[in-house]
Amino acid sequence: MGLSTRHLLQLEGAPREDLNLILDTAESFREILDRPIKKVPPLRGKTVLNLFYEPSTRTRISFELAEKRLSADTISFSAATSSVKKGETLKDTVRNIEAMRIDMVVVRHSSAGVPYYLTQCLEANIVNAGDGAHEHPTQGLLDIFTIRRKYKKIDGLRVLLVGDIRHSRVARSNIWGLKTLGASVAVCGPTTLLPYEVERFGVDVYTNIDEAMEGVDVVNILRIQLERQQAGLFPSQREYTNLFGITAERLTRLNPNYTIMHPGPMNRGVEITNEVADGPASVILEQVTNGQAVRMAVLFLLSGADKRETDLTKTE
Amino acid sequence: MTKSDAIQFMDKQAIDRAITRIAHEILERNGGAESLVIVGILTRGANLAARLAQAIEGIEGIAVPVGLMDINLYRDDVNYNPDLPEVRQTEILFDIDGKNLILVDDVLYTGRTIRAALSQLIDFGRPKTIQLAVLVDRGHRQLPIRADYVGKNIPTGFDDDVQVRFVERDGVDEVVLSLAAAK
Repeated sequence: MGLSTRHLLQLEGAPREDLNLILDTAESFREILDRPIKKVPPLRGKTVLNLFYEPSTRTRISFELAEKRLSADTISFSAATSSVKKGETLKDTVRNIEAMRIDMVVVRHSSAGVPYYLTQCLEANIVNAGDGAHEHPTQGLLDIFTIRRKYKKIDGLRVLLVGDIRHSRVARSNIWGLKTLGASVAVCGPTTLLPYEVERFGVDVYTNIDEAMEGVDVVNILRIQLERQQAGLFPSQREYTNLFGITAERLTRLNPNYTIMHPGPMNRGVEITNEVADGPASVILEQVTNGQAVRMAVLFLLSGADKRETDLTKTE
Repeated sequence: MTKSDAIQFMDKQAIDRAITRIAHEILERNGGAESLVIVGILTRGANLAARLAQAIEGIEGIAVPVGLMDINLYRDDVNYNPDLPEVRQTEILFDIDGKNLILVDDVLYTGRTIRAALSQLIDFGRPKTIQLAVLVDRGHRQLPIRADYVGKNIPTGFDDDVQVRFVERDGVDEVVLSLAAAK
């Protein structure tokens, strides 16, 4: 039993068995979060470095809590207050830190491929916490976990991702993971915010939100980054809201028992109305809680991926 | 190892009688069932816990809360065992503070599982007492742990294999000893 990999870099190409093992293990860890003492010992003595080259609130806090709840020692590093400012390269920074005996590194970086690069220069297990527009695998997993908890399955569900698909690592991780587990995936957004050759992802592509919502079980609404408007990718916030904003009226086209998700941070009144964000079908805060359980499962399973071989202690 | 090398130590009747006796002992020692909660260790300790609760209800007419627990995250060999243990559900949906908690497992052997279970229980609260009930005590303790209620003591070699089978999981109620020499 165990993962087929010692790093979590992406969900693209991740075997179904690995995804299911992480989701099943997360189910067990989810219960720990409801205990009076939310701490278990399996990562005692391990040291985890959180290497954040990009700002983050929830992912970083979620990873830190997950690590602490598994009894790991944690150090958090943010590029803004470090020697990176003095011109130190990424490789030198991490190798110096690893010389302090780090077992696992959780990394977020604005460049795609940085987590992979770290696997080439470090011994530690690497967890991708978001790299450029490539992937954000733990967010994809926690979205899938949240869906699976509600519907008790992924296979056969219809999931729609709305918004800036092109720049979204969350969308990519969701697409790969969901498709591997048998969901049918659709994307919808302005043409300028869809990736080139988006069909290659094996998803249905819509530019009309009302058509896209037909027969959908789960709508995952991505944050519209307001700086994209300055780049000229959509004419105005108001137009985006009119054409793609998720309003209560639009929800009528969804399947009964539908679910509304958002990875955060939300622009209320832009991509999602207050009514939808706080409505009964919204699982947005559940996603955040579940994120901890999923990250605990990932860290726990990766820590077991390369145990030193020793005599088995016989237990009953 | 063939089937004929296995010795049956307890059959259904013997298991039922042991559970009934343990239920009486628990009630006697705790002066009734009001203060009791039962937690079984997965997998067969959980089956045994359910049966003990049933037996107690049959005697006292009180339904004792029953929880179940996976102790794998608290094992002391997590860093030594090349295979990561499968982490399963823990469900203790009641308050254990101030209770007389009956911890239940099928076989008591090295004591390491019980040590892990005790560590985990302390994270759920502070019971007044924790008492250990097992169906089989087979000896070979590696830690200072003993059972308060024992169904049967079975002398074994360290490498022998004791299997408790329950009808709800294995299709039959029995306790079987397979000798290591026969393997």
